[in-house]
Amino acid sequence: MATTATIKSPSKSTWSGGQAPMKASYGKLMMWFFLLSDAFTFSALLITYGVIRYSYPQYNPEIHGEVFKFSTEYWPIPDYVFDGVPFLHGMHLPLIFVSIMTFILILSSVTMVLAVEAGHRRDRKDVEKWMLWTIVGGLTFLGCQAWEWSHFITGKEEGLKGVADATKFFGANLVQNQYGPQGFADLFFFITGFHGTHVFSGVVLNFIVFYNVVVGTYDKRGHYEMVEKVGLYWHFVDLVWVFVFTFFYLI
Amino acid sequence: MANINTENTTGTIPRNKETVNKIIKVTAILAVVTLIEVGAAYVFPRGLLLFAFFIGLTLVKAFYIVSEFMHLKYETKSLIWSIMLPLLFVIWLLVALRTESAEIFQTKFSDETKTEIPVENKE
Repeated sequence: MATTATIKSPSKSTWSGGQAPMKASYGKLMMWFFLLSDAFTFSALLITYGVIRYSYPQYNPEIHGEVFKFSTEYWPIPDYVFDGVPFLHGMHLPLIFVSIMTFILILSSVTMVLAVEAGHRRDRKDVEKWMLWTIVGGLTFLGCQAWEWSHFITGKEEGLKGVADATKFFGANLVQNQYGPQGFADLFFFITGFHGTHVFSGVVLNFIVFYNVVVGTYDKRGHYEMVEKVGLYWHFVDLVWVFVFTFFYLI
Repeated sequence: MANINTENTTGTIPRNKETVNKIIKVTAILAVVTLIEVGAAYVFPRGLLLFAFFIGLTLVKAFYIVSEFMHLKYETKSLIWSIMLPLLFVIWLLVALRTESAEIFQTKFSDETKTEIPVENKE
């Protein structure tokens, strides 16, 4: 991608080729616009969550009783749904596990920045090292999410009595939900699942780039711009998680 | 970085201390902000004020990720605006649908007694 190409006639317009409008390469520019469209998708999902949530009654201790209980009558407080931590069974520890997940994703974003920085210096060994850490971070995050999902699906000991019949059910799936209105479980699966899919494809892309770094593709090409492009995608995945963390777990 | 190096130099350039320090600084900010959020969730009662605080801190984190990690701050003005301006529509969507959700709530639960059912069910 030679930006140093000599422009023969100065009358050429910005878009007639031979130069990089917005001083970014074609691939990077397109990655940015793809991410913009992806940002719209995720905003739509999160706003849908907000809409459905606020179209339900909120838990109010004065009406619903001082001690919070799961009920399909009102939207659950996330602190009571996501309060599990691996190896600490039965303890009420809201936000601990999700913040660990957030840290893992932020750290893998940091190692990605370091990989991009090493790419600028064309330091192959360094890029290899940081790309590998990024992949490890991504896989760890996916593992945490698998735990989170199985925990959510299995449910809590107290269960919830069904409305139609008195049998208790535990956990949540797409047809029943122990924690509250059905929409809560559906949106949990959809939003964190969609984000998890992004993390997974990010790990795959990271691995392809890592492979290319190892076999020396970018050394031959003369630049490590591909690391930057995939890096943008990876940071975006981190960015989305920051919002999911706030709107799904904190609020 | 906006410029693309094409000259094929062999041998690596040493790490730039300043760049690495900046990355560490941004990492620290992101970690501290997340810790503050979790701490606040434990200490303060749930309510609009706390939620506004959380959203504010989320935007702070988003700013650092986009501007520093994704390097948008250092791109040309036209690129920054082509990415940021369309996101204003998201704010509009949020405002429009948030109003809508209040309407749905009114329609579905305008009968006050409906929300009191759990009290009766309490054993």
